[in-house]
Amino acid sequence: MTWRERLRDPTTQRWLRIAVFVAMLGIALWAPFYFTPFRVFQFTRVLIFAIAVLGLGLLTGFNGQISLGHGAFFAIGAYTAAALMEKAGWPFLLVVPVALLITFALGYGVGIPALRLHGLYLALVTLALAVVTPPILKRFSGITGGAMGLNIDIPQAPAWTGLAEDQFLYLLALVAAIAAFALARNLVDSRTGRAMIAIREDELAAETMGVDLARVKTLAFAWSAMYAGLAGVLFTWTIGFVSPESFTITLSISILAALVVGGLGSIWGALLGAAFLVYLPSVADDLNQAAPGIAFGALLIIAMYVFPGGIAGLARRLWGRLLAPPRAPAPATAGASTEEGGEP
Amino acid sequence: MTTGERDLLLEVRGLHATYGQGAVLHGIDFDVPTGGVVTILGSNGAGKTTTLRALSGEVSTRGSILLEGENLAGRSTEAIVRRGVAHVPQGRGTFVNFTVEENLRLGAHLRKDRDGVRADMDRMYEHFPVLGERREQQAGSLSGGEQQMLAVARALMLRPRLLLLDEPSLGLAPMVTRELFAIIGGINREENTTIVVVEQNARLALDLADMAYVLEAGRIVMAGTPEDVRDDEAMASAYLGYAV
Amino acid sequence: MELFIQQVISGLATGSIYASLAVALVLIYRSTDIVNFAQGEMAMFSAYVAWALIGAGVPFWPALLITLVGSFIGGLLVERVVIRPVEGRPELTIVIVTIGLFIFFNALAGWLWTYQVRGFPSPFPQRTLELGPVRAGLPALGIVAVVGIVVGLLFLLFQRTKLGLTMRAAAENPESSRLVGIRVGWMLALGWGLAATVGAVSGVLVAPILFLSPNMMGAVLIFAFAAATLGGFDSPVGAVVGGLIVGVSENLAGTYVDVIGADLKIVIPMAIIVGVLLVKPAGLFGSPAVERV
Repeated sequence: MTWRERLRDPTTQRWLRIAVFVAMLGIALWAPFYFTPFRVFQFTRVLIFAIAVLGLGLLTGFNGQISLGHGAFFAIGAYTAAALMEKAGWPFLLVVPVALLITFALGYGVGIPALRLHGLYLALVTLALAVVTPPILKRFSGITGGAMGLNIDIPQAPAWTGLAEDQFLYLLALVAAIAAFALARNLVDSRTGRAMIAIREDELAAETMGVDLARVKTLAFAWSAMYAGLAGVLFTWTIGFVSPESFTITLSISILAALVVGGLGSIWGALLGAAFLVYLPSVADDLNQAAPGIAFGALLIIAMYVFPGGIAGLARRLWGRLLAPPRAPAPATAGASTEEGGEP
Repeated sequence: MTTGERDLLLEVRGLHATYGQGAVLHGIDFDVPTGGVVTILGSNGAGKTTTLRALSGEVSTRGSILLEGENLAGRSTEAIVRRGVAHVPQGRGTFVNFTVEENLRLGAHLRKDRDGVRADMDRMYEHFPVLGERREQQAGSLSGGEQQMLAVARALMLRPRLLLLDEPSLGLAPMVTRELFAIIGGINREENTTIVVVEQNARLALDLADMAYVLEAGRIVMAGTPEDVRDDEAMASAYLGYAV
Repeated sequence: MELFIQQVISGLATGSIYASLAVALVLIYRSTDIVNFAQGEMAMFSAYVAWALIGAGVPFWPALLITLVGSFIGGLLVERVVIRPVEGRPELTIVIVTIGLFIFFNALAGWLWTYQVRGFPSPFPQRTLELGPVRAGLPALGIVAVVGIVVGLLFLLFQRTKLGLTMRAAAENPESSRLVGIRVGWMLALGWGLAATVGAVSGVLVAPILFLSPNMMGAVLIFAFAAATLGGFDSPVGAVVGGLIVGVSENLAGTYVDVIGADLKIVIPMAIIVGVLLVKPAGLFGSPAVERV
C-alpha cells in the first residue's frame, strides 16, 4: 500500500481527523497560558467572529440565502447581554439563554418574510435591517443608553480557578465556539442539513423531493441569527462596552467578507475567515489605514474568480490532489463530502 | 435541378455540435445551393434546431461550415451575422416591448444605408401587409402568425445571403402557415435569397424545397430531392412519423 | 405652510440626487440584471477626482466634464474587467463581487485622499429666489435643474437615437440582439459607463452638501436603493419618481413626525424598501417580470 492509498483509507482519515482535532484543542487550551494578554485578547476576538461567520455560513453558505444584515443580530445579542447585566444586574451567564432565545426568535421572524424574497431583494431587505440598527439603538436610549452606549463589568473568573481576565474570557469564548462548531457540524450532517443544501442547489427540485421549504429556510435564518447573537454576547463580555457605532453596516459586510474568504460551504473555514478579519487590519494597518480595505475588497473579487470556495476550498482541493492516484482526476476527500460547498 | 449544377452557398462538412450536457450532432454533411431552398426534417430532438444554432455560432461546434468558401465555424454570432446570415429562431425571438417598426429597424442594425433601409421596410410592408397596418403597435401584442411574419421580415432587413428559418410553422394555424410559406417561396424566387428551413411540418417544407435532408439522432439519414423523400414512404414515415 | 413648501422643495432637491443615483442603478440593472452595490462608492470616487482637478486649478465646469468622461471610461472598464468574468454566475457571486468593489473603492479613496472630511465647491451661488409666496434656495433649484437635464438627455438618447434603441434591445433580449448583429457585450459595457457618468453627477451634486469623505455616499446609496425599489428596478421613470418621493417623504417625516427626528430618517427608506418588496416587489413602474421573487 502506498502512503497515498493509506491516507485515503476511511479509517485512517477518521483517526487523522481525531488527531488533528485533539492537537488543535490542545494548542487552544495551552495558548492562553503562554501568550501575552493582548494576543489572547486577539484570539478571543477570532473565536467570537468565527461564531458569527459560522452562523452566516449556515444561512448563506449552506442554505443559499443572502444576508447583508447579520450585524443586526450580533448587535441584539450584544445589547441584550449589556442591558441585562448593566440595567438589571443579571449575572453574566444567565444572559446567554435569553440572548439566544431572542435572536433565534428574531431570526425566525425575519426568515418568514424572507421566504418571499430571493437574491437581490433579500440582500436589500437584510441591508435595510443592518442600516437601521444603529439609529434605532440610539433612539431607544432608555434601554440602550443611546449614543453613549452601555458599560458593563467584564466577567471575572471565580477566584479558585486562578485565571486572569483575558484567559477566562478566552476560555468562555472557546467553549462557546466548540459548542457552536459541533452543533453546526451536526446540523449540516443531519437530514435538515441535507435539506438546507438541497434548497441551495435547486429549490424546485428540493420541493419535489418533499423538503418543507418554509420550515427549513426559516429555521436556517433562526439558527444563523442565534449564532450571531451568541457572538454578540461574547463581544459584550470581552469588550465591556457597547454602543451603536460598534454595529454599523461595516460589521455585517465584514462578516460576509470573512465568510467568503474563509470558504462559503465550509465549517472550519469560518475560523479561517475570522482570523483573516482580525489579523489583516493589524498587518496592513502599518501601511495605511485604508490598506486592509483595499486588500479585502480585491480579495473578495479575486476569490470569486479564482477560489470561490474560499481558503478552505483551496485547502480541500490541494488535499484532494495530494491524495489522488497519479493519473486519475482528484477525488473529493471522503470525509469532507458532506461539507460540499464549492462555488456559491 | 440537382445541386451539382449550381454554385454552393453553404457547404457543411463533418459538423459536430454540443449543447448542454452532450453531443447533439455527430458529424453531418449537407450542401445549400445559392438561391435554393433546403429543408431539414426530422422528429423532435433529432437535432434540427441545433443545426441552425450551429450555423449561427450559438453552440460549440467542430467541423467546417463554409459560406462561399469562408469557414464560419467557431466564429461569434455577431461575426456570422455580419457575413450575411440571418437566423429566425424557434419562438421567433421578437423584441416584444418594441414596435413593429422598431423590430424591423433592429433587423437592419448592421446596415448603413438609411434610404435603402427605408425602402426595404416599405417592401416588407408590401410582402406582409398585416405588418404595415400595425407598424406602431407593440410587437408583443401581435398574434403568433403576425409575429412569425415580423420575425421573417426582421431577418430579411439584413439583406442576408442566407436565411435560416427554425420551424416557422410552430404554433400557427394551417392557413396562416400556408400563407407564410407562400410568401417565403415568393421571396426566394424574386430576390434569390438562399434559405434553409427546418421543419416538423414536412409536407409544406417539401413543397417549398429544392433539396431535403432528414435528420435523426444527430445524423443525416436521408438526403435527396423532395420527390425522393416522398417516394421512399417507408423511410419517411419511420423518421418523420407519418407518410408524406 | 411656508415651512411645508420649503421642505417639499428641499425634499425635491435631495430627491433629485437620490433619483440620479437610482437612475444609475437602474441603468445597470436593466442592461445586466445586476444591482451594483458599489454604485455609490464609484460616484464618491468620481467626486474626489473632480475635487482633485479643481484643486489643481481646473475651473469647475471643465473639471466636471473631464470627470464625467473619466467616469464613463471607468465604468466601462469595470464592466469589461471585473464584471464580465462573472456574468451569468449565481446571484450571490455577483453580489459579493459588487460588495468587493464597494470595499475596494471606499478604501482606495481613503488611501489616495485620506479619510479627512473636506469641503467641495458648489457651482450654484448661495442665493435665495423668491417664487411668489415661497423662497427657494438657488442650490436646491440648481440640483433639480441639473438632474432634470441629465435625465432629459438620457431620455433622448434611449428613445430617439439608434444607439439608444440598440442598447435597449440588448438589455431586453440579448439573444435576439446577437442575431441582428448587435455586439451585446459592448452594449452592456456602455450601460455601465453611462451609469458611472450619471453616478458621478450625483456625487458632485452631493459633495457640497454632505462634505467630501470616503463614506459620503453610504446613506445616499441606501436612499437610492429605496428609490429604485419603489419605482421598480427596471424602470428609469420609476427611479426618478421614486427618488423624488423618497426625498420629499424623508424631509417631511423628519420635520413633522416627532418620533423620527433627525436620527431615524434613515428608517424611511428602509421602511419603503421592506414595504414595497413585501407588497408589490415590482414597484410602481417596474414590469412584473422583475418579480423574480
